[in-house]
Amino acid sequence: MKVRVRYSRHGRIRFISHRDTARIMERAFRKLAIPVVYSQGFSPRPKFSFGLALTVGHESEAEYLDVDLVSLDHLESLPQQLTQALPDGLTVEAAIQLDQGAASLQQVVKCCQWRIEVIGAPIEAVMKAVSALVAAPQLPLERERKGKTSVVDVRPAILELQVVGPTVHGVELLALLANEDLSIRPSELIRVLALDLREGQVCRTHQFTNAEGGRVEPIDRSNLIAAGATMATNPLAPSAWPAESQAS
Amino acid sequence: MTSVWPLLEPWLAQVQKPARYIGCEDGAKAKAPDPALVSWLFTYPDTYEIGLPNQGLQILYEIINERADARADRAYAPWTDLEAIMRLQAIPLFSVEHHTPAAEFDVIAFNLSAELTYTNLINCIDLAGLPIYSRDRSADDPLIMVGGHCMFNPEPVADFVDVAVLGDGEEVVSELTELIAHQRQSGETKQQLLVSIAGLQGCYVPSLYQPQYSNDGAYIGLLPTLDGLPGTVEKRTVADLAQWPYPKEQLIPLTEVVHDRLNVEVFRGCTRGCRFCQAGMITRPVRERPAEQVRTMVQSGLKRSGYDEVALTSLSTADFSSIENTVGAIMDDADSMGCGPVSVSLPSLRVDAFGVGIAAQLQRARRSGLTFAPEAGTWRMRQIINKLIREEDLYEAVEAAFSQGWQRVKLYFLIGLPSETDEDTLAIADLAKACVKLGRAHTKRASVTVSIGGFVPKPFTPFQWFGQNTAAELQRKVNLLKDATRRANGVNIKWHDPKATVVEGINSRGDRRISAVIEDVWRNGGTFQEWSEHFDMQRWTDAMDRAGLTVEDVVYRHRHQDEALPWDHISAGLHKDFLWTDWQDALAQVGLPDCRWTPCYDCGACTGYGIEHVVASATPPAGGSQGTGQDLATGNSVPVQLLGPKA
Ligand code: SF4
Repeated sequence: MKVRVRYSRHGRIRFISHRDTARIMERAFRKLAIPVVYSQGFSPRPKFSFGLALTVGHESEAEYLDVDLVSLDHLESLPQQLTQALPDGLTVEAAIQLDQGAASLQQVVKCCQWRIEVIGAPIEAVMKAVSALVAAPQLPLERERKGKTSVVDVRPAILELQVVGPTVHGVELLALLANEDLSIRPSELIRVLALDLREGQVCRTHQFTNAEGGRVEPIDRSNLIAAGATMATNPLAPSAWPAESQAS
Repeated sequence: MTSVWPLLEPWLAQVQKPARYIGCEDGAKAKAPDPALVSWLFTYPDTYEIGLPNQGLQILYEIINERADARADRAYAPWTDLEAIMRLQAIPLFSVEHHTPAAEFDVIAFNLSAELTYTNLINCIDLAGLPIYSRDRSADDPLIMVGGHCMFNPEPVADFVDVAVLGDGEEVVSELTELIAHQRQSGETKQQLLVSIAGLQGCYVPSLYQPQYSNDGAYIGLLPTLDGLPGTVEKRTVADLAQWPYPKEQLIPLTEVVHDRLNVEVFRGCTRGCRFCQAGMITRPVRERPAEQVRTMVQSGLKRSGYDEVALTSLSTADFSSIENTVGAIMDDADSMGCGPVSVSLPSLRVDAFGVGIAAQLQRARRSGLTFAPEAGTWRMRQIINKLIREEDLYEAVEAAFSQGWQRVKLYFLIGLPSETDEDTLAIADLAKACVKLGRAHTKRASVTVSIGGFVPKPFTPFQWFGQNTAAELQRKVNLLKDATRRANGVNIKWHDPKATVVEGINSRGDRRISAVIEDVWRNGGTFQEWSEHFDMQRWTDAMDRAGLTVEDVVYRHRHQDEALPWDHISAGLHKDFLWTDWQDALAQVGLPDCRWTPCYDCGACTGYGIEHVVASATPPAGGSQGTGQDLATGNSVPVQLLGPKA
């Protein structure tokens, strides 16, 4: 059976890599003696599929993992069991069963919302830069891949952007960034703001799929609440969403 | 105690592999800093990935944290990118648990198991904000202690450290803690404490001993500076491994490390008597862990960690009594736990003990790599090094491996052994080709990787008098092998940089004057010398020049029988005349049997300390061991204590 798990990542453990996360998840299932389907071959690997990789150093309130299980006795208690088997800072918020043919996370996730702290300029300057960015028809960004540089217009990938307010060290932004053919990372967003800014705390708050009638998460809110996620730490209430975005 | 975390955290996203610096491992002890406790910082002077799995440090870390009067954290050498930031931002070396500055601990204890890490040792002391020379540190500074296999010649680092601990650390770490606690209560001076430490078996306090040199600059010995100090410092040996089922909670790192698997030590010591092998000589006698304890440690370890691989570690795991049954039982347990497939790996497999039986057990789950170490290409050479395995033994083992489905086998060889000729060297290529041929009968993809290391004569081995091959000579031999296998399909050759082998030689057999060389190399940026991208032999040869020493004298020269060796004041139990006789036997191609199953020849390791081999079986393992099949005249009875239900 296919199961989709939603988890968060906070604190010191945000410095582990995508690969590390996969290994930690694999060990957690083994500790719980929940049988995972393994690939065939000389060196069998568990059938895991993660969505978008989370950059080393970034936190998240909305990470996902699809896993193929041989069997599972209690789906309801899986989040709590897994959380116990995982190191501090990784917390499983919800788990749902997927149809065998369900589309992969890579296919369904279209955009992510981010809380991004920028450090190095006063809030007024950041607000000006954000307004300018939102008003700009185009935002050329130089990218380097395998030694080759190319210039991409990333403006269409910035779906929403607003200044939330000051933090202890800098300014907090809320951004909705596309993850389709055209995408942009938080670090690149900071670059196109064209100020001399450093990246502070960055947290992915949501991954969204496009569905009729608006954006939906790969595991929707009702499941999260059922799994006991606290509303206080998960700003999932519609009022907390960037309802009136400054970017179109 | 303070924490450097707020200073460190903002920089971590900018360095490679920041997970090295965050701790948070399952098994980490969170015993809070408390000035009432004696505090230890166990440090590995290389990267986290290499240092974290170190079993010695993990064992001591647990033992100290179990004590009511002490606590321990761990530290590792920061990689060069973070080090640059730390120096700019004035962030000192820190522990990964509480990010406490290293200088706030009572003891910083390093594991030294590779001679090339010596420059990192002093780099870590310096990063802690402490003077690198023990004579320049004050009474308030932590004690710098070192242990590990390299400390059987502590002289090259003697000027940097306060205490070098020899042999097994399980007991002495507590004795040291008690002496430190006592010093605090009694208000003893640091000097008084060091003198009491020097009275503990296994503890060498270099500052209390003065090296002597002849007029022409030859090392002639070392004298205690105070009355009552031991003239010879004896190693420590834990008699019964069953009493030390450590680590009980192996550290499970969040990020990938070397040996990233459950590691269970099945025995300590080895009496096969391979003459090049320092580890075997200095850890005698053999002490097996009871098979039942191995089984429970594996079972609980797998459950706790979620690992899918367990290594049964020792110097020669196939020698473990009833190894086949133990591996079989582990596999059965793993099946019934339902955690998914588990593979068992047996590092340092000997060919004469690897049969189809073990091969079949191992391949029940995922096959891990197989490595055999014939060490030398010809029977003549193997007699000289006392690795008494015949060509047939190797072929049978390789045949067993390929027939059981392995496609790749790794073979370890040494070059630069005593009396080695080009014929001996080239025979390595012939063996490899013959193994590939055997494998091709089973699979077209059969291949053999030949890994070649340059031989470094080590203290407390019969070869300690032998002059090491020069870098040029080793390189010439590597080239011979490259040429001989160039067109051999399925044979891959890998070799260790002969220049690094020379530096290992400097740090292995040098005397106390090498401290200045290590300092010089470090001051010129020579850290992380185990990493080829940071290694530069020129720094070492320049430093040797400046110290008025020559590589010729320290490394390449044969020693005389009557010359003072820089480690003569250290004892691993072995009688020097036993080692000398064995050296002469080596040159005469006379073998020496394994004393586990033949009469004791009184090397000193048991007889000197009143201990015995602890093995579960009175018969040698499959394949025999070092001539145990020969008809040997009976002599003294074998001091073997059989494991079994205790009365
Ligand atoms: S003292 Fe005897 S039995 Fe013990 S290791 Fe030496 S030779 Fe073997």
